[in-house]
Amino acid sequence: MRASDLLHTRPEGLYCPPGDFFIDPVQPVERALITHGHADHARPGHTKVLSSDQTLDIMAIRYGEDFCVERQIAPLGETLDLNGVQITFRPAGHVLGSCQIVVEKDGTRIVASGDYKRRQDPTCLPFEVVPCDVFITEATFALPVFRHPDTTEEIARLIESVRRFPERAHVVGAYALGKAQRVIKMLRDGGHDAPIYIHGAMQKLCDYYVSQGIDLGELRPATIDRKQKDQFAGAIIVGPPSAFADRWARRFPDPVACFASGWMRIRQRARQRGVELPLILSDHSDWDELCETIHETGCSEVWVTHGREEALVRWCELQGIKARPLHLVGYEDENE
Amino acid sequence: MKPFAELLDRLVLTPSRNGKIRLLVDYFGATPDPDRGYALAAITRDLDIPGVKPGILRALITERMDEVLFGYSYDYVGDLAETVSLVWPEPEEPVRANRDPSLSEVVETFLETTRSDGPAVLTDLLDRLDSSGRYAAIKLFTGGMRIGVSARLAKQALAQFGDKDVTEIEEMWHGLELPYEDLFAWLEGRADKPEHGALALFRPVMLATALEEPDYDKIVPETYAAEWKWDGIRVQLVAEGERRRVYSRTGDDIGHSFPDLLEAMDFEGSIDGELLVGHPESHDDQQAVGTFSDLQQRLNRKTVSAKLMKSHPVFVRAYDLLSEGEEDLRALPFTERRRKLEAFIARLDPSRFDISDQIAFADWGELNDLRENPPHPIIEGVMIKRHESAYVPGRPKGEWFKWKRDPFTVDAVLMYAQRGHGKRSSFYSDYTFGVWTLDEEDRQILVPVGKAYFGFTDAELKQIDKYVRDNTVDRFGPVRSVKATPESGLVLEIAFEGLQSSSRHKSGVAMRFPRVSRLRWDKPSAEADTLDNLKRLLDENRGKASRVRPA
Ligand SMILES: [Zn+2]
Ligand SMILES: [Zn+2]
Repeated sequence: MRASDLLHTRPEGLYCPPGDFFIDPVQPVERALITHGHADHARPGHTKVLSSDQTLDIMAIRYGEDFCVERQIAPLGETLDLNGVQITFRPAGHVLGSCQIVVEKDGTRIVASGDYKRRQDPTCLPFEVVPCDVFITEATFALPVFRHPDTTEEIARLIESVRRFPERAHVVGAYALGKAQRVIKMLRDGGHDAPIYIHGAMQKLCDYYVSQGIDLGELRPATIDRKQKDQFAGAIIVGPPSAFADRWARRFPDPVACFASGWMRIRQRARQRGVELPLILSDHSDWDELCETIHETGCSEVWVTHGREEALVRWCELQGIKARPLHLVGYEDENE
Repeated sequence: MKPFAELLDRLVLTPSRNGKIRLLVDYFGATPDPDRGYALAAITRDLDIPGVKPGILRALITERMDEVLFGYSYDYVGDLAETVSLVWPEPEEPVRANRDPSLSEVVETFLETTRSDGPAVLTDLLDRLDSSGRYAAIKLFTGGMRIGVSARLAKQALAQFGDKDVTEIEEMWHGLELPYEDLFAWLEGRADKPEHGALALFRPVMLATALEEPDYDKIVPETYAAEWKWDGIRVQLVAEGERRRVYSRTGDDIGHSFPDLLEAMDFEGSIDGELLVGHPESHDDQQAVGTFSDLQQRLNRKTVSAKLMKSHPVFVRAYDLLSEGEEDLRALPFTERRRKLEAFIARLDPSRFDISDQIAFADWGELNDLRENPPHPIIEGVMIKRHESAYVPGRPKGEWFKWKRDPFTVDAVLMYAQRGHGKRSSFYSDYTFGVWTLDEEDRQILVPVGKAYFGFTDAELKQIDKYVRDNTVDRFGPVRSVKATPESGLVLEIAFEGLQSSSRHKSGVAMRFPRVSRLRWDKPSAEADTLDNLKRLLDENRGKASRVRPA
């Protein structure tokens, strides 16, 4: 069967006609398969949702228990049958619960990888390479300038800066699902055992990570105690990036603005955001990892979704691999 | 190379002055000789490395990667050095030695490299470094060390590191040699102050304090002299033996921009004065002294054409004489130095040197009138100097005062606001403001005329911030577009020092030192100033000798 008959784009998102389902649709549909819990991939209002149990839990935390009519758990690695199409969920290494979705019929196999990374992450299962005919890849950091450095070194720089400026608060911007917990967990693994203060918007997701067996150490709400002077001196505070443009960040004394993101590779981006300590820490693959992954899947064709599609398509052409952009709309990369 | 590369990365992103000084002090303390000396020279731009041109850098990288992919990358990043440092392919067989090359090895290699070997040497180095190291190396090799640290700030960090006065460092600076081991030994208390036999050194400058109301009564002709303050740049000219130097106020050697002046420095001594453009002997005011924008044509140039030297000749209007021949005059009283200065200047080429006239005045009321109505548009105000004052570096109290002309003001409307840095990063603290003009269809529209990010109190900042958040009509990145129509808008009174015509700005005018002087919550937006008002001011400023529109 032709790959484009098995999956193709529609305004609602990526659609499988024989299976009659969508993957990560951006509009409400009858049946949605969801790769992971980030808001642009996992939206409320579908009738039936099939996903990993953790992604379903995360959607319920974010949108309320009634985010869909019917939930169905996809056990990792087990193949399900949807109207004669074989479906398998495999870990993507992006955030807790994130999966690639393997779609197969009549000997044609397509892997929709969602968002993924190849680095070690103590808060989720590692990416598994699944050989396939067509590999659908994200392109968030698909430019040769994006080469993420060693992640433990980035965390070590943060710990070192806290040591160097003990009178200042280090306020770390990190996306509320995945990045925040990964930063906290890696700080713990790096030996930082003081309480870490978190923005209110992160509380529930952090609690959930803890319930899934990921020890985040002592977390406290980042609220001001007027009686306690110097309350945040030498402390690490983690909040969502959006809170930094907001009055929230003002409560901390002489803060060192940090931001944990792959975008921090580019000095000008860090400067524009007023970031003093950029932490180049991403939940997406960097350029080399994108290229390597494409090779490892052995695919003969690549479909490129959100991000810098043109550079990755160019690279595939140079490698003699067929490639085209999918031009899906509705996915964001600024929140990384 | 790693510590230096990290220092650069952090300096680029540290907005506050004190934060930068702290990073430098830490670096000087943690880094051995001679690395720290080379780093210092790189930052103060005293490192003379044969450069590699951007075109060559581009060629080096496109030999190594697909040109299209490089193009996408460069488009995205915008800075050539940074793009190349990020995309440079790490060699398959790591040539990286088991240790990081030190900064001094890198600099010493560069210093020995001829221009034609430059590309090969740079390539070899880039193969051995990580991306931060590559960025630092490219910045070193292409000479574009723009990292937001002035030579002056670096010297202040040295002063703090060694607990010394910065003027001591400025004074010895041009007598020091790479990699400054004697300087660091002195700063660390391990050796005496470096002695220098070098000629034509910089002498730290004496500065004036702003005149405040409580000082008014002191200003009596018996104890103080007054002279005009000219709007050029303050310089120190030193000629000793074969050496001739033009120093900026902070001790930077800027002579390369002024070969015409250097040639005329046919004297033995050091003069403190104001660098101006013009023909001082002319009887026509406009011919005699050009505007600050005329002077800007001559500033920061590596080379200067004969044509420009002819159309924009520079001269120095002398304020003071610091040394004459072998004799240091700085301890003498001002009147004494002034007498010597008059005789000294009389012997020099009158098209290149003249003296700043003193102003006779009976009391400060009269001086104030003179200040308000100076005889020439390029006068900024008056300088008031105690007759008895010795020439002392820094700003000694009660000795010299500057009494500036009141600034110009204009009522403008807030158009855009951008988030600030550091402590201000959660506030919208950088403002673009505009004045009214008519579009092709005769509708009132605002045209931006400047940006201001200071002049208001913390309390006012909070009020403006709230106003911005409540009246945002659009946002892009850190910038918000604020509602600004004839019916609704926030009027800011903007004070500024002068106006220049500018082809870079849509409005055709550019302000010098604009700042917010008042928030005009009371003033309807439609009554803010018009571009025509500003242009009129520009014409008057350019032409006539009198003040136009005092605040
Ligand atoms: Zn995601
Ligand atoms: Zn995504």
